[in-house]
Amino acid sequence: MGHDGPRQLTVRPFRRRLGRYTATFEAAEASLIADLVDQVRQLLAVRRTESPSDPLVEITGMTLGPSTPPADPAMARLLPDFHAEDSELSAGLRVLHEPEVIAAKDAAAVALLDSLPRGGGQVRLDDVTATAWVSALNDVRLALGVRLEITEDDTAPPGTDDPDTAQAAMYSTYRWLSAVQDSLVSVLLD
Amino acid sequence: MSAPAPEQIEISDPVVTSDVPWVTIVWNDPVNLMSYVTFIFEKLLGHPRPKAHALMLDVHHKGRATVSSGPREKMEADVAKLQGAGLWATMARDS
Repeated sequence: MGHDGPRQLTVRPFRRRLGRYTATFEAAEASLIADLVDQVRQLLAVRRTESPSDPLVEITGMTLGPSTPPADPAMARLLPDFHAEDSELSAGLRVLHEPEVIAAKDAAAVALLDSLPRGGGQVRLDDVTATAWVSALNDVRLALGVRLEITEDDTAPPGTDDPDTAQAAMYSTYRWLSAVQDSLVSVLLD
Repeated sequence: MSAPAPEQIEISDPVVTSDVPWVTIVWNDPVNLMSYVTFIFEKLLGHPRPKAHALMLDVHHKGRATVSSGPREKMEADVAKLQGAGLWATMARDS
C-alpha cells in the first residue's frame, strides 16, 4: 500500500456534540482517508476472489472461504489464523468464517466512505457509524503497519529518518491516522 | 427452489459435542491502540470498562490475554468478531 499523502496533516480531534461525534477534515485529508480505505476494500475484494467457487454451495446460501492464509502479508495480518498452532483446525475454521470477517471489514469501510464528505468539511457520526469508522481506520493502519514493517510500539520503523522518502510520508500518514482514530475512540469511551 | 436460511444449518463435528471449554486469546501487536483494544473488548465482548481495561493491559504487558471462554461455537464467533475489528485473536482448547 503506497501513498505519498499531503505533507501537512492536522489533527482536529473528534468532539461529542448533541449525541453525535463530529470532526472537520480538509479536502486533501478526506480524499487521503477515502483512498486508503478504498485500497483496503480492493485488497479484500481480491481475497474474496480466492474463495472456491462452487455453485452448489452458493445455492445453499453459505459462502465458504479459502483454506490457506493470504499470501499478501498485509492481508495475512487482516485475516489471521483462528488457531495459533493447529494449522489443520485453522484451515477448516478459515473456510467457515473468513467470509464473515471480510464482510464485517467491508461493511465498516463502506459505512466510513458513505459518511465522509469527499470535498472535505464536517463529519457527523452516530454511535454505529463511529464504531465503523474506528474499525475501518484500524484496518488501514494494520495494512500500513505491515508495509512499514512496524514491529515495536512507538518506535519509528526503518527508512523513515529521511523526511523526503516515500516511507517517511507513509509513516506520517500512519501517525496522523493513529491520532484521528485515537481521538474518536476517546470520545466513544467518554 | 427453496433454500434454508444459513443460520438454521448446523455443522456437525464430533469435537463440538465435547464439553471441554474453549478460550479466545488476544495477542499483543504494535499497531492496535490501547484505547481501541479497550473499546473493542467493551463493545464486542460486553466486558465492563474496568475488566476491558485490565484485559487490554494484560495483552500489552504479558503479550496475550484470555478474553472469553465457553463452547467452541461461541469462541469461533468471538474470534471472528474480534478479527473483524482488527484484533489479533485466536482460539484454543482450555488447558
